[in-house]
Amino acid sequence: MKVAVVRFPGSNCDADAWHAAKDAGHAVAFVWHRSTDLGGADVVVLPGGFAYGDYLRAGAIARFSPVMQAVEAHAKAGRLLLGICNGFQVLCEAGILPGALARNAGLSFVCRWVTLRVEATDTAFTAGYRKGQTLRAPVAHGEGRYVADEATLDRLEREGRVVFRYAGDNPNGALRDIAGITNEGRNVVGMMPHPERAAEALLGCTDGAALFAFAGT
Amino acid sequence: MRWRVRVRIMPRQGILDPQGQAVAHALGSLGFAGVAAARVGRTVELALDAAAEADARDAAKRMCERLLANPVTEDFVVDTAEAIA
Repeated sequence: MKVAVVRFPGSNCDADAWHAAKDAGHAVAFVWHRSTDLGGADVVVLPGGFAYGDYLRAGAIARFSPVMQAVEAHAKAGRLLLGICNGFQVLCEAGILPGALARNAGLSFVCRWVTLRVEATDTAFTAGYRKGQTLRAPVAHGEGRYVADEATLDRLEREGRVVFRYAGDNPNGALRDIAGITNEGRNVVGMMPHPERAAEALLGCTDGAALFAFAGT
Repeated sequence: MRWRVRVRIMPRQGILDPQGQAVAHALGSLGFAGVAAARVGRTVELALDAAAEADARDAAKRMCERLLANPVTEDFVVDTAEAIA
């Protein structure tokens, strides 16, 4: 598949995402945030980092980048869109996914391996996993505490849209241990942990590799 | 007319404010007694050209709704608007 990795000023996991997608056998290209052309990509990845220095709020300014109009149209058309860490924050700020990522409850930037439980396998990003399977991936964020109002949380649960939950160690105080969610159409996934940093043996873990298969598409 | 408009953005009541908690704790550690709570938000000061104060305030409100505040986690109030030129 054709994969576009968006680069914002301040993105810093763009090369990692590129590699993970490349290793999964895809044709991968970078797209600069000022571009309005995704190059016919089947899958768009918004990578981790600190777009626009996280000024104002993480993702708040990036969401108004020229490229985001194309990304929103891409998502609306039902094409695949993955936001990792800062990318997840951008997706929430843009309203493509509900809720927000607030400052970590524990006051500190968290940078460690966590265990995730796969809660939904009916997305292209999680089709390669078994429901209930646990996998390991690093987190690295200061604003990763998923919050939404009770009605939104209940709706996400009811519709099976919580994709990943922290298992045991919740590193940021995320409500209901939510680590990743999907949209109504299930073509968009946002997650705080970094599967691209756990996608090859050299990195000490390959649990994240299956995510980049974009299986079932 | 040019107006200086201050908007105050605060973490929404009921949303955990770890920054405020840390500040309250630090104040207690420094010996400031009686700090029951602290909350940390932000102030944005804008220099705005508008015909009248109401227009300047309205513009600031729309800026908060669009960019300056996140409706999921924050509340905002347009605090002051004063003519500066």
